[in-house]
Amino acid sequence: MGYVGVKGGSDAIMNADYLVEYYRCRNGGIPIAIKQIQDQMRLLVDKVISEGSLYSREVAAIALKQSEGEPMEAAYLVRAFRSTVPRVCFSIPAKSSEMFCIRRISSSFQHIPWGQVLGPSRDYTQRLIRFELKDEQSFINDPPKKEDDSPLDEPVEKVVDYLRKQGLMETPVKDAQKIPYDITRQPMVFPMDRSARLQRLTRGEDGAVLAFGYASLRGWGSVHPTLAEVRVGYLPLKIKHPYWKTEVTVGHVMVTEVESICSFEKTVDPKNGKESYVFTLGYGLVFGHNDRKAIAMSILDRALCSEIPSSPIEDQEFVLHHIDNMESQGFISHLKLPHYVSFQSALDRIRSIQAKMREAAADKLQGAGHV
Amino acid sequence: MYNFALLDENSKREIRRALLKAIAIPGFQVPFASRELPIFFGWGTGGLQITLSVIGKDEILKVFDQGDDDSVNAVNLKRLIQLTTGVSITTETHIATLLQTRHRIPEKRLRSDQVLVLQVPMPEPLRKVEFRETETVRMHAEKDYGKMFVKLYEDVLHHGEITLASDYPVIVVDRHLMATTPIPRWDVPKLNQADNLYLFGAGREKKIYAVPPYTQVTPLSLDDYAFRMEDFKGAACVFCGSTHAYLNEIPAPGGGGQAHACSDTNFCHGNRKRQVIEK
Repeated sequence: MGYVGVKGGSDAIMNADYLVEYYRCRNGGIPIAIKQIQDQMRLLVDKVISEGSLYSREVAAIALKQSEGEPMEAAYLVRAFRSTVPRVCFSIPAKSSEMFCIRRISSSFQHIPWGQVLGPSRDYTQRLIRFELKDEQSFINDPPKKEDDSPLDEPVEKVVDYLRKQGLMETPVKDAQKIPYDITRQPMVFPMDRSARLQRLTRGEDGAVLAFGYASLRGWGSVHPTLAEVRVGYLPLKIKHPYWKTEVTVGHVMVTEVESICSFEKTVDPKNGKESYVFTLGYGLVFGHNDRKAIAMSILDRALCSEIPSSPIEDQEFVLHHIDNMESQGFISHLKLPHYVSFQSALDRIRSIQAKMREAAADKLQGAGHV
Repeated sequence: MYNFALLDENSKREIRRALLKAIAIPGFQVPFASRELPIFFGWGTGGLQITLSVIGKDEILKVFDQGDDDSVNAVNLKRLIQLTTGVSITTETHIATLLQTRHRIPEKRLRSDQVLVLQVPMPEPLRKVEFRETETVRMHAEKDYGKMFVKLYEDVLHHGEITLASDYPVIVVDRHLMATTPIPRWDVPKLNQADNLYLFGAGREKKIYAVPPYTQVTPLSLDDYAFRMEDFKGAACVFCGSTHAYLNEIPAPGGGGQAHACSDTNFCHGNRKRQVIEK
């Protein structure tokens, strides 16, 4: 009688570890340099810092190297690392008008102050495979030259602020007393606070955020926005100095920010009770350069403001529970674990029910025989 | 490089606070801000976070998966805990002070100085009848478990008996409906009036709950359809011959006939060792 269960766990795991390492660098190649990943896999690194929710391009690049370029696995590694690091402090709310933009477009107005800046965008490239990259001999290494003498660090006015000044756009009421929710330190409780919702969304898996946003656009939801602005750039992060209590810039994070103009709604001014109509806003902000995710996030932000959900995309529990890469891939993968005990229990039930049915059928047959 | 038991001290303290609340309200699910661990969500991160938060340097730890100490995931969890704490590891149920399990409670009755941590995939027993969290929270608050009884009734109506297999729901101290993680029905009576403390952790679903020692735990049933454990009808373990243990069946090649083996490997080894000594 041969009993073949999953035994010898330690040996099997060690061999699997060895094989993973072998596959990572097999075929005699040169191990890829972290700097190469950071520089030349820029958008992949961006995806990992966004889902990993830790702004360290270096940690993300190491994680990508370790996971053979698998972004979900890399993001998982980053998040797990994040759990071992204490939270030091909150930053001062960042003003995105202070962002140093490398890209900034609007699809609601053609002529916007400071103009439309495409930046490093693939939007208008042809998606043709460039086979010359197979053996790249010459490549661009020099940044483009600046052609005028306009200042680069001037704050760039936001399109939504232009609309706000005209009373056309909702102005979120800021509660100065309220400390933003921290989903990494506080439990997930529904209905979720907007600050918590935005955090769940920005850490969300790229594909999941995209799919849910797309569903809303197709009609499984009512949000179909016009983009006030998409900006990509470096946002200064400031904290209050622990001793001097002054503002200090501790660094810059590369982010993509989207403000979506959504359908208009009737509002009542809390001060004078006057009724009016204003556009509603959807907001998206993600680490790194990722227009697609930030746009989809802005749709979902708006969709989740619905008090009475009319579609799954407007339902906080449906969207926010299922959007996280760590939770979804972990649970789907757990199906690979042994389920011998619970399956045995299910076998017990099905056999018992089958036996009952057979008995009942036999009784019926016997009963028919007597007649 | 990493802190003792991996997590930072504030995180561990937060989890211990959730545990204290859970022990104070047996069977109630306490939400907590679950951390991402170097193990996948769904692979025991809830249990692991509890273990890492309560573990001390002198602990003797046992981790087993579906009753088996040598199952790959149990081994992997032990590797991580040992790497970050350096505690001693055992497979012997009676030696361990802290035990972490997936889907089984040991056959040997645990003592009051032992703590069993259970890994929970789906902490919400009402999820079978209600998918919305805001609604299940209300149902627990109002002890509104009617839908669950309707499910049992419909089971009997359609199939002639209760079809719930593992993860059989229980009522704790006549108040909270609680999911049993999926342990088999065989293990459910062990929760009632136990000598030891049970801690339940659901990492992905971010909930912690507990059954303290000497707590009344009653499986859900109908007056005329009682709770029943798995029936192994005269089957015995091929290794130790036990007929009083949860058995996993071993399909024979070609599909004819079945053999069985104990799911609790340490229990099985103990029986065999005793048999050798007796001989």
